[in-house]
Amino acid sequence: MGLELREIHKHYGPVRANDGVSLTVEQGTLHGLLGENGAGKSTLMKVLSGFHSADSGEIMLDGKPIKLASPDDAIAAGIGMLHQDPLVFLPFSTIDNFVLGSPGGQRLDRKRAAVEFDELCERYGFNLDASTPARLLTVGERQQLEIVRLLWLGAKVLILDEPTTGISADQRSKLFTTLKALAKEGMSVIFVSHKLEEVADLCERVTVMTRGKVVGEVEMPVPPERLVRMMFGQVVEARARSAVDLGQPQLRLSGVRAASGLLSEDTVSIDIGAGEVIGLAGMEGSGQDTFLRMCCGMRAPKEGTVEVAGHNLTGKHYRDFLAAKMKYLPAGRLEEGLIKGLTITEHFVLAGGDKSFIIDWTAARDRAVRQVDHFTIKGTEASTAESLSGGNQQRLLLAMLPPQLSVLLMEHPTRGLDIESADWVWEQLLQRREEGTSIVFASADLDELLRYSDRILVFFSGRVIGELKTAQTTVDEVGLLIGGRRREASP
Amino acid sequence: MSSRLQSVLLPVTIVVASTVALLFAVGSNPWDPIRLIIEGSIGWPPFEAGTAAKVGDTVMVWVPIALASAGLIVTFRAGMWNIGIEGQIIMGAIAASWVARTISAPRPLRVFLTIAAGAVGGLLWGLLVGILRTVGGVNEIFGGLGLDFVAVSVATYLVIGPWRRSGVASTSGTDVFADAALLPSLEGSRLSPLMVAITLAAIFGVWLLFRGTLYGLRLKAVGANRPSAFLLGIPTNRFLLGAFMICGALAGIAGTSQATGFHFKLIPAISGNYGFLAILVVLLARFRAFWVIPISFFFAMIAVGASQLDLRLDLSSTLGGVLQGTLVLSAMFGLGWAAYRARKRAEGTAVGSEEATV
Repeated sequence: MGLELREIHKHYGPVRANDGVSLTVEQGTLHGLLGENGAGKSTLMKVLSGFHSADSGEIMLDGKPIKLASPDDAIAAGIGMLHQDPLVFLPFSTIDNFVLGSPGGQRLDRKRAAVEFDELCERYGFNLDASTPARLLTVGERQQLEIVRLLWLGAKVLILDEPTTGISADQRSKLFTTLKALAKEGMSVIFVSHKLEEVADLCERVTVMTRGKVVGEVEMPVPPERLVRMMFGQVVEARARSAVDLGQPQLRLSGVRAASGLLSEDTVSIDIGAGEVIGLAGMEGSGQDTFLRMCCGMRAPKEGTVEVAGHNLTGKHYRDFLAAKMKYLPAGRLEEGLIKGLTITEHFVLAGGDKSFIIDWTAARDRAVRQVDHFTIKGTEASTAESLSGGNQQRLLLAMLPPQLSVLLMEHPTRGLDIESADWVWEQLLQRREEGTSIVFASADLDELLRYSDRILVFFSGRVIGELKTAQTTVDEVGLLIGGRRREASP
Repeated sequence: MSSRLQSVLLPVTIVVASTVALLFAVGSNPWDPIRLIIEGSIGWPPFEAGTAAKVGDTVMVWVPIALASAGLIVTFRAGMWNIGIEGQIIMGAIAASWVARTISAPRPLRVFLTIAAGAVGGLLWGLLVGILRTVGGVNEIFGGLGLDFVAVSVATYLVIGPWRRSGVASTSGTDVFADAALLPSLEGSRLSPLMVAITLAAIFGVWLLFRGTLYGLRLKAVGANRPSAFLLGIPTNRFLLGAFMICGALAGIAGTSQATGFHFKLIPAISGNYGFLAILVVLLARFRAFWVIPISFFFAMIAVGASQLDLRLDLSSTLGGVLQGTLVLSAMFGLGWAAYRARKRAEGTAVGSEEATV
């Protein structure tokens, strides 16, 4: 008995988020679901909790097929999902949050609910008070509230999506104790995570997903190296890069620390030379974004200095960074980069050097036609940004870059691109490198990181936990660091 | 192209159908009120001899609606809902009234000064909304609405307070301005060729702004995607303030026209709600400048002609407001519908790209 997913397919346009995923979770087990970002685990869990419906495939609970058209159906079937950010209404009291999703009529029996709430809390050792406003609860306590709420609604399967983000070590151990107790009582628990350590601590079985597919399932315990191999596959080892003399430091961070949130605990210092390529590794949301934004002046660091091309720009406005020939291309190409509704010609005018008040549209169109041709953008000068495919959007963004940059910061330069476009992007970037541009890029693709970086910074839980010379590291080392495990100290 | 046509035809069909239904419901032959509105605004048959005064009134109602609409295109393009346009019209009218009451100069100079003062008054009031938005983080809808109320109160205070008519304090308005402060108009009509020229120039200017200038393109970029515009190095806040100032100045000139070209004095309700009407005009025109000309005129006809309804038929003149309201709701529905259809068509890829970053 238990839960069985059979051949789940879920496509978003051309993206195969789940490509025939089958998964069996025995009743009363703690089952880990491991995979890097974009592996499809979140999609699978959204299908299982009724947020999305699968394109095809079957879900069986206790041997019977069930249909999940909405989260409501999932709850009714006994599948409860604990989201990464607990779905708690902050202005409400704890007990109001508790009863909010309860089925039934319009009458609320707060008194009875409160009694049952207290019973559940006591049973699992949660120290929650029904009358506390939810906004005063810590993230860990909000999780506890969600757990008792789901139990009260009769959940038999509990899904936890990255539940340890943002909670204290104490709360984490309490959470794990609770989960183990729940499994003993017959609850099936699916624990979605990218943290090797936690999966190893908690789970009895682990399924590993990559690129929308299940690539393996193991009975725990196994050595973490094996899980890393399964997560990242066989990755080519780093190649010797073509010799480029690293010039003067173009980007220099000294003792930089964010005011709050990610990267606020430890300071970061790094000198990046002209023509050097730095890869930022780590699970998404581990601080790479904060790092890049502090590099380009969109976020002022609380401490430390940021120098670009020899100028101390600490605390200066983003436009001063632009003036120092720094450019930042975030991951969301249509959100933070291109402008929906505007044509390619208009983009070039906005990005271009011609500052005259009246636009010479004929000249602008001619220039756009030449650029479209030169950067092999599939589209015309009159195409709007949103009509381009991801690869061509990336081409347009690169085509819009001014010449002779000192530093180029990029998030996921090749995400979602086909191989041809991805190669083309790196051709462009490497050409920039030859011109002396320092390149800093964040990527989830180990292959890309190892192939193109000179050095790799590894981010984990809002800290830089490793700086590796690509020539002297291994896939395993990077993979383990990404999962939060430091290699045993080597001499 | 067909979807654009659809989004125009759909609301028009809805408004005609609902108007006819509404008129039947109040027990009237639908044609009578429509003819009366036309007759009351431009004469029946239209532009017959002897209708100069009516046509003049309608044109002078068209002026503020069209000016405010031209201004609103700028703020809408910048992604801002400038609900504060009413206040900007009122502040323009107050500033123009102040000049009309206090400064004596030869007529051309005095008229020029009233218009300039109106523009500055509206501009500053618009700038205030923009500053609240960019510096204080106050949503421009709430900031603008608040400042609308403040402007009405200031106008009312002036009318019954310091600027009250000699002897009596009445909400019916201040003393009529001296002739030399009024906009020059055609004989036997309120129609001011100067204001018509300014309005057309403003509409052409707004068209040109977005058609041919870097400033307009950057403004459009700021409105369409502020983070992207910022990353491209465009000072987004400065552009937002610029949009509010342009819109405020045009609204202020509209206020001048109301004060020195229509009422010839300051009254508390000097804006005539034309700012709010202009929002509707711009929504119907879908931000295209030249469409403002006919659509504003249509609204002006309803506004002027509807006053005939309760005189001649046993219908309330507020029916005009109902017509305008229905029109706008239909237009909004049309826009929403078109957007919904576009989203439906694009859904596959859009959701996919979003998911890929999860």
